[in-house]
Amino acid sequence: MPPMTRVVLAEDEVLLREGLVALLGRFGFEVVAAVGSAPALRDAVEAHRPDLLVTDIRMPPRHRDDGLREAVALRGGRPGLAVVVLSQYVQSEYASALLDSGDGRRVGYLLKDRVADVAEFAGTLRRVVDGGTAIDPDVVRHLLHRPRDPLAALTARERTVLALVAEGHSNAAIAARLHVTEAAVGKHVGNILAKLDLPPSDDTNRRVLAVLAFLRGTPS
Amino acid sequence: MTTNRPLHLAAALRRPGYLISWWPWRALAYAGTTVPVAGALALGLGVVVAPAVAVLNAARQGRPVELPVVVFLAVAGLALAAVAPLVSAPVAGFERWRLGVVDSRPLPARRPFSGDVVGSLAARYTDAAAWREVAYACWLGTVVPVAYWTFAVLALLDLTLLASPWLVDGTDDVIVMWTTVDTPREAAPYAVGAALVLPVLWYLAGLLVAGQATVARRLLAGPPAEPAALREVTRSRARLVDAYEAERRRIERDVHDGAQPRLTSLTVQLGLARLDVPDDSPAARPLAVAHEQAKELMVTLRQIAQGIRPQQLTELGLAGAARQLAGEAAIGVEVRADLPRPVPEPVETTAYYVVSEALANVASHADAARAEVRLTQTDRHLVVEVEDDGRGGADPARGTGLTGLADRVAAADGRLLLASPAGGPTLLRVELPCRP
Repeated sequence: MPPMTRVVLAEDEVLLREGLVALLGRFGFEVVAAVGSAPALRDAVEAHRPDLLVTDIRMPPRHRDDGLREAVALRGGRPGLAVVVLSQYVQSEYASALLDSGDGRRVGYLLKDRVADVAEFAGTLRRVVDGGTAIDPDVVRHLLHRPRDPLAALTARERTVLALVAEGHSNAAIAARLHVTEAAVGKHVGNILAKLDLPPSDDTNRRVLAVLAFLRGTPS
Repeated sequence: MTTNRPLHLAAALRRPGYLISWWPWRALAYAGTTVPVAGALALGLGVVVAPAVAVLNAARQGRPVELPVVVFLAVAGLALAAVAPLVSAPVAGFERWRLGVVDSRPLPARRPFSGDVVGSLAARYTDAAAWREVAYACWLGTVVPVAYWTFAVLALLDLTLLASPWLVDGTDDVIVMWTTVDTPREAAPYAVGAALVLPVLWYLAGLLVAGQATVARRLLAGPPAEPAALREVTRSRARLVDAYEAERRRIERDVHDGAQPRLTSLTVQLGLARLDVPDDSPAARPLAVAHEQAKELMVTLRQIAQGIRPQQLTELGLAGAARQLAGEAAIGVEVRADLPRPVPEPVETTAYYVVSEALANVASHADAARAEVRLTQTDRHLVVEVEDDGRGGADPARGTGLTGLADRVAAADGRLLLASPAGGPTLLRVELPCRP
């Protein structure tokens, strides 16, 4: 039995915080601290050294992007810390700020609505803890609609695949979802990376770069 | 947007019914009142101008010039230059009022008197407008009298010819033109010709006065604003916008901080309950429906909290949504979009409404055949331009939806500029700040 994933949860709304504690417990996460403000979040992470931080963006004291700032700062200090931020709106610049912290891995940017699909939400958290990147499908869709996008060169099928990659799915999971072979997915991913002009290096890293390309709107 | 009545003499002259309208009489009234003003100015200037002309003539013919005359000229010239800005002030004031006789267009206001006498006097010497008034006074005292004399001679000649049959008849006078006439019969053709020339003179008088009024307007009002120059539409009702924005933000906050998290929490609880209810249980289906409905409600609430955002904007992006608006317009609208960088959502929403409102305005007021929408980005701004080939004359003061648009743009910290000369084309330009 592997050790439980230890989580610090930051959400200023009490009811939702309780709901999320219940959800995380239900899916085998250990909530070591549940707090309601950015300073408390920082103290909790310093004290408990969790594996995962799940935080709301908008929090006291300023009720602006306090939670996100704190998360980005903490990631600078401890690259191993997995962070998932919950946002009320699609704000791609927030997602960019988060992805720019560390190497763009072990991060997630999700709309708050996603917590409603409890099992899927828990699965996303898992993937992030395991080193993945999870960008909300709505953010991805929003970016795909950008005119003159470098991603315009992609075929519809490649976009679908890239969207799933951005959500943090593995090739195998994408293959299962799209009812194709894993080899076909691998080929799509290869084409995407080629079209986005990404340097050939370790594949996982390139996948992350592809996701970053989404968020910056220009292939890096 | 344009009236059918000419507002000034030059415009009236181009109308077919000029000669039988009131305008020639107005021109005559203006000319009649010009005579005393120009005469007085001519006398004043004559003190310097007449000796100066004499000196110039003497110099040209090689005759010696008297020293006292030169000294007098220098002193008088300097004195004239010194008092000119002060003298020109009442003259210009009177002339501005008099210009109304032949030109009902308002003149831009003069510098108001601040109550500081010394400062105001000093300003007369440093103000470009004051020196333009001096130039006007000089022109009125020199060029205008010469032109009036010339016209008066022509008019007198014509009237003499007109009266020639009677003049010849009553006396032994001989009318000498390029020939001599001494009987009424001989004089008759000249009289007929003179009668035919009368309307020409009547018209010429109008032209003369119109020219004078144009110069007056140019010198008294300063350089005309470039008609097609972009004028910034003032941020009307800015306070109202602020209040509206504050209220909108309050509602958004209430939804965000109050309703949304609770609904999310409810949805989480329903989701957790579903995990523990077996699929074959009678409760499974209603629970699933409740869960789905709660999720839909979350989306709805989020859209409300963000302000109403058109669905097509969300689905198609700004350029796509603008093209869709263009496609719905009754006239041909071309959309050129060059948006290399993402546009923040609130800015996108404002831009969308700008395009939407502007095209609605074009449809209802401009009488245009074609329009073009341009979406471009500068370093810091999203620029929306809507141009149509309609009749122009769009005036924000008349509340043609432009003020509402200006308010919306002002709420986004943007600027709305408008160029709409009468006769078109109309160009609406909106600059919205975007964080890079």
